[in-house]
Amino acid sequence: MLKTFKIGGIHPEENKLSAGSALKQFQLPADIKEVKIPVAQHIGAPAQPVVAVGDDVKVGQVIAQAGGFVSANIHSPFSGKVKKIEATTGDDGKPAMMITIAIEGDEWVETIDRSTGIKREITLSAEEIVKKIGEMGIVGMGGARFPAQVKLAVKPGQAQALIINGVECEPYLTADHRLMLEKSEEVLIGIKILMKAIGVTEAYIGIENNKKDAIELLTKLSAGYPGIKVQPLKMKYPQGGEKQLIDACIGRQVASGALPISVGAVVQNVGTAFAVYEAVQKNKPLIERVVCVTGKPLQNPSNFWARIGTPVKALIEAAGGMPEDCAKVIGGGPMMGRAFATLDVPIHKGSSGILLMNNQESKRGEIANCIRCAKCVSVCPMGLEPFLLSKVSAKQLWDMAEENHIADCIECGSCSFTCPSNRPLLDYIRRGKSTVMGIMRARAAAAKAAAEAAEAKKN
Amino acid sequence: MEAVLITIAVLASLGLTAAFILYFVSQKFKVYEDPKIGEVEEVLPGANCGGCGFAGCHAMAEALAKADDISGLVCPVGGSAVMSQVATILGKSVAESAPKVAVVRCAGCTVGESANRQKTLDYDGAKSCAIASTHFAGDTACSYGCLGLGDCVKVCQFNAIKVNEATGLAEVDEAKCVACGACAKACPKQIIEIRYKGRVVKDVARRVWVSCVNKDKGAVAMKACKASCIGCGKCAKVCKFEAITVENNVAHIDMEKCKACGLCMNECPKNAIVATFPAPPKPAPKPAAVEATGTAIPKPAEQPKPVEVPVQADKQQ
Repeated sequence: MLKTFKIGGIHPEENKLSAGSALKQFQLPADIKEVKIPVAQHIGAPAQPVVAVGDDVKVGQVIAQAGGFVSANIHSPFSGKVKKIEATTGDDGKPAMMITIAIEGDEWVETIDRSTGIKREITLSAEEIVKKIGEMGIVGMGGARFPAQVKLAVKPGQAQALIINGVECEPYLTADHRLMLEKSEEVLIGIKILMKAIGVTEAYIGIENNKKDAIELLTKLSAGYPGIKVQPLKMKYPQGGEKQLIDACIGRQVASGALPISVGAVVQNVGTAFAVYEAVQKNKPLIERVVCVTGKPLQNPSNFWARIGTPVKALIEAAGGMPEDCAKVIGGGPMMGRAFATLDVPIHKGSSGILLMNNQESKRGEIANCIRCAKCVSVCPMGLEPFLLSKVSAKQLWDMAEENHIADCIECGSCSFTCPSNRPLLDYIRRGKSTVMGIMRARAAAAKAAAEAAEAKKN
Repeated sequence: MEAVLITIAVLASLGLTAAFILYFVSQKFKVYEDPKIGEVEEVLPGANCGGCGFAGCHAMAEALAKADDISGLVCPVGGSAVMSQVATILGKSVAESAPKVAVVRCAGCTVGESANRQKTLDYDGAKSCAIASTHFAGDTACSYGCLGLGDCVKVCQFNAIKVNEATGLAEVDEAKCVACGACAKACPKQIIEIRYKGRVVKDVARRVWVSCVNKDKGAVAMKACKASCIGCGKCAKVCKFEAITVENNVAHIDMEKCKACGLCMNECPKNAIVATFPAPPKPAPKPAAVEATGTAIPKPAEQPKPVEVPVQADKQQ
């Protein structure tokens, strides 16, 4: 009997078109002379540029330093000259700060080990590992892009299990699947490193049952890695959500508003485990990742090793070119990804996929009235009431939205997916959530300031 | 018979006791409310629109009764007429306030052949500007302009703002607008501004404004929209009253200083300055083609002296 999470969930069509396509190193076409590197590639404060216009940079050199506790370093994925540091159009069409590099040659920083051999021995101590991961700018590679070192900085004894997310429950995407198949040893060593960093002896790799080859291979290989167990899971979206995956793998539920560490779990993606292997064992910062370029209208759905900063257009070109009947290009998967406002943008640390949709697929159905069928309630993996939350968000009743735990929404989109009236439930909820979170943060800041003022008065 | 009498006696004594208790309690725990609050609330419009900044008309009435100086408090719906009535009730003086109106600072028509902005994206999500603007910067090349999904229409209690299907832009009905400012607050692009209605000359309230908020550099703004302000500053140079400033690549006309002469309209190379009256004749032969509400005045007045100034409008501009 396969495990899965208990509440809600949906079963969208898989469409893993690129599952059989082996990882290919993406070569930037010669006609692309410059690349743009965003300074905000992670959740939290944007990184602060530490290079100036005209500086020469090498591959792997720090070009922007973490701008706060929750932030990450950015390293140059290309060698060349810094041409511009200015705000240009980002994924959503809004201005985003980017460092433009004019490419010259391919000169790497000397400290990076570029050999292909696998290095098994872990020499660094736990603190050194976490520090190294921070320096190398590793973020959650599943798409949420949370700086990895922040999640790994746990108190001794606090963590009991490491859970590795190899679920890839988003339809279409195959980046993690290919990585597990082709870099399995490295991923397993990466997991060992992560286990050492947080001081746990057991790790679970959660993999959905549609990736039988990956389950088989990793189960075989993990025999040589004591403590690592592959956990096959029943297919259900959104199993890749942190709280859902913890529930599925070790049967513990994270309370509303709490973090996974409250139940002794730390969750990391397989992509992150691989990046950690490269950072710790090979001294290589996060400058490239697997990008799955896929979609029904596309000629050759592929999985590429692409450097950060590679233009989205160039990747689509390499996968067979822009098809005529493409109506929408989405960054990420079809469930949680966001449509690009412009294709003239680079990929970033969280770009797990570029998905092309044709007109028929991308079109939303006509919005009708809510018929109170409560399908959204039954599929919500967080046990919320999406129909209610969307309504109170539309009416801007923020207090009521907060009372009904809008902040717990993981924005998985199961509610909008299942709604027979095609109501854009998540659109409304997302807006409500961001407003309510803003109110909550402001309240916390005000409370903190008041407490500090009282403290200052006392002294 | 006896039973009836006893009943009456008991009930009467009970009633009397209760009446005494109620009387004493009401005396003891009396909450004093200024009777003027009620009187003031009576003359307020009762729309509870919140345009004054208070939660509703009752809250406004309380604030008015409490304040020593009520000149800072204005009911945008009732305007000067209501405020002078309030002043009479309270025996306080009130500053005459000029009537205001909402203006939409975007002329980037997105529909039809005469469109100023071309649609670059097809948005099919929830019909709400606030939600759309969390997804992207806008469905045209301009990331500052009107999205036309009507968040302003939804909040307007006076039916005074509509999205014109022929242009895809929000439009204010001057006759219905009470300048409560609800639309300005609801607009995520912040393109709605509350401005003075302007001095009425020949039945037209004369006002002029820059109908663009695009902060991009000139070249970018130029490409994005045919009616964009490019921040060239020509209008600021020609203005005799120093009413125009250019900040962040976009011009703004200070409504306190503007005399609505219309000279700037002729100067604007992009026709981004819009007015409720036709532009004055240019010194050059070519006449300007800028006009908004289309109230044709055969002989455009230039620098008009105050002709007929309604009582409530003498402090404007």
